[in-house]
Amino acid sequence: MTAQKTTTATLPLPPGELLEMYRKMLTIRIFEEIVFDVYRKGLMPGLAHLSDGQEATPVGVCATLHPDDTITSTHRGHGHIIAKGGRVEPMMAEVMGRVTGYCRGKGGEMHIADVSLGILGANGIVGGGIGIAAGSAFTAKREGKGRVSVAFFGDGAINQGIWYETANIAVLWKLPLIYVCENNQYTEFTHFKKLTAGEGLGARARAMGMKSLEVDGNDVLAVYQAAHELVGAARKGKGPATLICNTFRYGGHHVGEPGTGYRSKEEIAEWKAKDPLPRFENILLEHKVISPADIEAMHDEVLTRVQASVTTAQQAPFPDVKEAGEHVFA
Amino acid sequence: MSSRELTFAQAIREALDEELARDERIFVLGEDVGVWGGVFRCTEGLFQKYGPERIIDAPLSEEGYVGLAVGAAMTGMHPVAELMFGDFITLVMDQIVNQAAKMRYMTGGQVEVPITIRATMGGGRSSGGQHSQSWHAWMAHVPGLKVVVPSTPYDAKGLLKTALREPNPVVFFEDKVMYAKVKGPVPEEEYTIPFGKADIKRQGTDVSLIAISRMIHPALAAAEKLAAEGISAEVVDPRTLTPLDEETLIQSVVKTGGAVIIDEGYNHFGTTAELAATIAYGAFDYLDAPIERLGAMDVPIPFSPPLEFATIPNEEAILAAVHRVLDGRRR
Ligand SMILES: Cc1ncc(C[n+]2csc(CCOP(=O)(O)OP(=O)(O)O)c2C)c(N)n1
Ligand SMILES: [Mg+2]
Repeated sequence: MTAQKTTTATLPLPPGELLEMYRKMLTIRIFEEIVFDVYRKGLMPGLAHLSDGQEATPVGVCATLHPDDTITSTHRGHGHIIAKGGRVEPMMAEVMGRVTGYCRGKGGEMHIADVSLGILGANGIVGGGIGIAAGSAFTAKREGKGRVSVAFFGDGAINQGIWYETANIAVLWKLPLIYVCENNQYTEFTHFKKLTAGEGLGARARAMGMKSLEVDGNDVLAVYQAAHELVGAARKGKGPATLICNTFRYGGHHVGEPGTGYRSKEEIAEWKAKDPLPRFENILLEHKVISPADIEAMHDEVLTRVQASVTTAQQAPFPDVKEAGEHVFA
Repeated sequence: MSSRELTFAQAIREALDEELARDERIFVLGEDVGVWGGVFRCTEGLFQKYGPERIIDAPLSEEGYVGLAVGAAMTGMHPVAELMFGDFITLVMDQIVNQAAKMRYMTGGQVEVPITIRATMGGGRSSGGQHSQSWHAWMAHVPGLKVVVPSTPYDAKGLLKTALREPNPVVFFEDKVMYAKVKGPVPEEEYTIPFGKADIKRQGTDVSLIAISRMIHPALAAAEKLAAEGISAEVVDPRTLTPLDEETLIQSVVKTGGAVIIDEGYNHFGTTAELAATIAYGAFDYLDAPIERLGAMDVPIPFSPPLEFATIPNEEAILAAVHRVLDGRRR
């Protein structure tokens, strides 16, 4: 299969920022591939929910965010965290239950957070981050400094009540809140169309009086441009918006579930042909932002770093059991 | 101390007023809390004083506005979210239990979640099965929540002010029967009451009556009657369930040798069970009779007054329980 080509006459960002976006997409891809390995080798407890295939959405959105903007994430959250600036070392340590992890081993694979980076946590409850994101938008509006709040969620979360309750509030109170739906076509093992009445989230958002855009979620620049418009408006006090990014997860719902029982070979191949990484690479090559040698070097560098994060985490201690009783109350 | 008296609702309102003035981060949101002043008048005049940015009429979306309050708390605000009827806690369980209560823990201590959820409790108003329940035991079951159950205007004000200085989620239960009916002294001078300190509402030596929230009042009335019979009952008010002042409860029973625990929540796996276990463990050698537990009857709260009152502990039930304890001692 050849990668589908995307061409953009003029690039929306300077080369340095585009390279940074590419590096983040690559980091997400490699991080997920290595977590897959870590899981298969029995080096981590619990489950692993990976997002390889979906890299363009978090990176395109987070490229529009400032350090003090906040995000909330989901059970499939590694990509969001890396895109918002999360470091792979404490992420991997958290995945592996070590005390050196972002949450000292108390959160785990589904609950990575770095509040200092505006990452208010990945959430194990589908739709669980939406209320928190609305609250962060409330605070942002109160502060009046143009900060915005982004809620990432999957297609499954659009049928949760919290979406409607906060959307109504956010429109009424003009909160700087961007709802980003990563529609990877499946809610666990069921196609979203079987679970979603009417014309989907865009129509629902418009019914609430909210602007809504829908983009190819595997085209990082398309995601960026749409997010840029919505985030910019929210910063200026225009209120909330919804962005729907259509994408696909390559693996199963979690590692150990191959993702092939309910998705056809053709469907998977069709999406792999739209792989967000080569599509972005082609654009960067075409515009001479990057050379093939640069790509290879960057790949090796990221791979080495993520691999090292596993070794470092393996050598790091598990939390002392006395920590089980800590951090309940401030 | 001045001799000024306030109703329970006025004491709540005054605590909110003082704390809103003290801390810019505090805001109140709930249904009809703003222009209208709250269906129980607990926010009367606050909208006029603090404006729509701080006293906020929320849409009828309990999960939405409590969820928003959790996020606001995590990002530096101190929301006071009101649940007009504590029964609606069922609609916000995820936000309270899965989000507010464990965000600090799950992030390894990265965040504080200073949210105060004010919820009503209590039956006796023929409000039916969905507007009469007392769900404090549910909340106290959850690690990460502080749970407050004041019984007097004085305690309500002092404890609510503490809640609004807490860096943690607090669920603050107000028995709605007390709002207008219970009046008590509240000094003009500022004060707060620490969490985790039980209050001995009446000293006694023969039996300990440990009562939650409004149940303090029938317990005090029963103690008065018992005094006429020559029985000295001690009335203990835990005031907060989390943290729980185990020591004061245990020491009271060490002294008296008998305990009756009175609560408007259900007995089954409820507050009375937890307090009885605490006392049974801590004062085992001093108990002269089995601990008596008086909770709400384990049925949905009925509407018709004779039925409803039969489900809620009262003075007569307390007196009978005390006599069972004292008879047990003589055995
Ligand atoms: C409230 C809730 N219901 C069910 C689950 C179990 N569950 C975890 S992920 C998932 C599917 C979520 O689908 P989607 O939102 O599309 O996210 P995706 O997995 O596709 O990234 C389900 C049902 C859950 N974690 N939370
Ligand atoms: Mg999905």
